[in-house]
Amino acid sequence: MTTSQGIIMILAGLASGPLLGGLIAGLDRILTARFQSRIGPPLLQPFYDVIKLFGKEKMVVNVWQAFCANAYMTAASISVVLFFLRSDLLLILFIQAVGAVFLVVGAFSSTSPYSQAGAHRELLQILCYEPLLIFVVVGIYLLTGSFKIESVYAWNQPVLLKLPFMFVVLSFVLTIKLRKSPFDLSTSHHAHQELVKGLLTDYSGSFLALTEIAHWYETVLVLGLCSLFWTTNPVGAILLVGLTYFLEIWIDNVSARLNWRWMLGYGWAMGVSLSLVNLVWLYAR
Amino acid sequence: MFNKILTRARTMSPWVLHFDCGSCNGCDIEVLACLTPVYDVERFGMINVGNPMHADVFLVTGTVNHRNKKVLRNLYDQIPDPKVVVAIGACGLTGGIFREAYNVVGGVDKIIPVDVYVPGCPAKPEAIIDGVVLGLEKLKK
Ligand code: SF4
Repeated sequence: MTTSQGIIMILAGLASGPLLGGLIAGLDRILTARFQSRIGPPLLQPFYDVIKLFGKEKMVVNVWQAFCANAYMTAASISVVLFFLRSDLLLILFIQAVGAVFLVVGAFSSTSPYSQAGAHRELLQILCYEPLLIFVVVGIYLLTGSFKIESVYAWNQPVLLKLPFMFVVLSFVLTIKLRKSPFDLSTSHHAHQELVKGLLTDYSGSFLALTEIAHWYETVLVLGLCSLFWTTNPVGAILLVGLTYFLEIWIDNVSARLNWRWMLGYGWAMGVSLSLVNLVWLYAR
Repeated sequence: MFNKILTRARTMSPWVLHFDCGSCNGCDIEVLACLTPVYDVERFGMINVGNPMHADVFLVTGTVNHRNKKVLRNLYDQIPDPKVVVAIGACGLTGGIFREAYNVVGGVDKIIPVDVYVPGCPAKPEAIIDGVVLGLEKLKK
């Protein structure tokens, strides 16, 4: 990659979250509404929400929370930029994890019981999906011999054919990461839940907007990881990602929320065993 | 230019907080009916939030009494500016059939400033949606 290409990629990465992520969120809301036989909001609704939030009066519980919202946003955008630069997968995952932890710390810094309970649940969610993400990345490493995204693109056939179970594990992570049912424990897209807004209860105004944009970045990142499973042609990648996302929304609408014991139990049991089967299969061939 | 975008965003995304301030539940059911597929207020970007810190529009149903007036005041204070208050139903407007009761203070406007009054016993969902739209007009100014 030359310098000018690099700069273009950095800009594309920075823009992808607010633009692509927002559009995906809008599409998501329309599709969800259609599943529930409603018309749903306009496509640009997430942008209206975020702009409105930026225009609200600032109310902070404490400075830590403001700092954490900014740190979460920064980490999420850096991880996407690194993804666009085709950098190291492990590095990207760690930066993303740092951001996720900052979000939790921000929620812990307020005394609201909803926020606290939400933060506990988010920690459990991180505990559930991080090992699985590492497994996926290790699978890619064993196949291509490198943690670099560059080498995935250099691979001459779709990774999906060699790591099909890993893709299932990744879509499991996707459900948690996108805050979709049955794993929307800590906070959900739907306005009301038993924890009010859980993790995000005490973020408000522009800080809520920041966490929303950071969430868009994370969506782009996880969908980007999905696209790595079909790198040989762009149409295949788009089809794969589109289909996976559609399935996620479908699952979101047909399933109820589970508790964290189910999530950890099923997540680890299914994720670890599928990963091992796939790794053994890869090794045996 | 920037102000125009902000005003448009504000009117396109009113998040409502609903507070049952001692209503008979008639008006509450009508408020919730707005969220069902029949009326589907999400078409206008409206979301029913449970958290005053995220809300723009405050929907209050029912009479205010000496017990819950502090709660009402507290919720109102927690909503960040700009905000709109919509009082719903005969009870929310004046105290309705409960106005003579010994513990009733009266309508919502005795405690907090009200922007829009939606009459009815109970108020129709159409009227409630109209009320919120009217409130948004106020928000534009
Ligand atoms: S206005 Fe009528 S329906 Fe509404 S709370 Fe009062 S008595 Fe009930």
